[in-house]
Amino acid sequence: MAELTRDPIPIDRLVAASARPDCGAIAVFFGTTRDHHENRRVTRLSYEAYEPMALVALEGLERAVLARFDVSACRIVHRLGDVPLAEPSVAVTVSAAHRGPAFDACRWAMDELKRTVPIWKKESYAEGGEGWVEGTRLEG
Amino acid sequence: MTITVLLFAQAREHAGRARLTLELPEGSRVADAIAVLERDHPALASLRPHLALAVDQRLVRADASLAHGAELALLPPVSGG
Repeated sequence: MAELTRDPIPIDRLVAASARPDCGAIAVFFGTTRDHHENRRVTRLSYEAYEPMALVALEGLERAVLARFDVSACRIVHRLGDVPLAEPSVAVTVSAAHRGPAFDACRWAMDELKRTVPIWKKESYAEGGEGWVEGTRLEG
Repeated sequence: MTITVLLFAQAREHAGRARLTLELPEGSRVADAIAVLERDHPALASLRPHLALAVDQRLVRADASLAHGAELALLPPVSGG
């Protein structure tokens, strides 16, 4: 079950929930908020989503991971609103019998998320001003 | 007919609001709604080539038809993660 949350992503709980007796690998990816972008100092990041559509897209992505890779479970959590620097804004966990498919699935899910889920990221800059991060046009 | 329009990210900022309702003639299509929005909020026009459009949370083309009560969303290029 995918999740959108305005609270800090519960890292320990997510990882613990990914452990399964039939799996020898849990691949975990955290995207964390970064203090620079294209030579500008970033002081704040904020995320916005078309929430019901984003949730359906994330759940579809979780199902697609299970269909495409030899893995047993996938869970995606994305944070919304202001996210302080160096905190996770997104988490993808994949549980699998073996590490290869777990790593591959985790990376694929993250790449897909960035281009298929209606979520937007805005940066505020140290020298003043703010801007939406250049993104990818959603394709039907 | 009446439809709801949801605007996100740059579209929300260009229009100065996140949500509005439009009265449109029966038989209107998404492109007709966009034309009204661009007339009322000219700043939106510059975004038009970059926008994806969704009706009731499904991506559609500008020639898609609209029904009373539809929810049209203007979706700038996405940048999650």
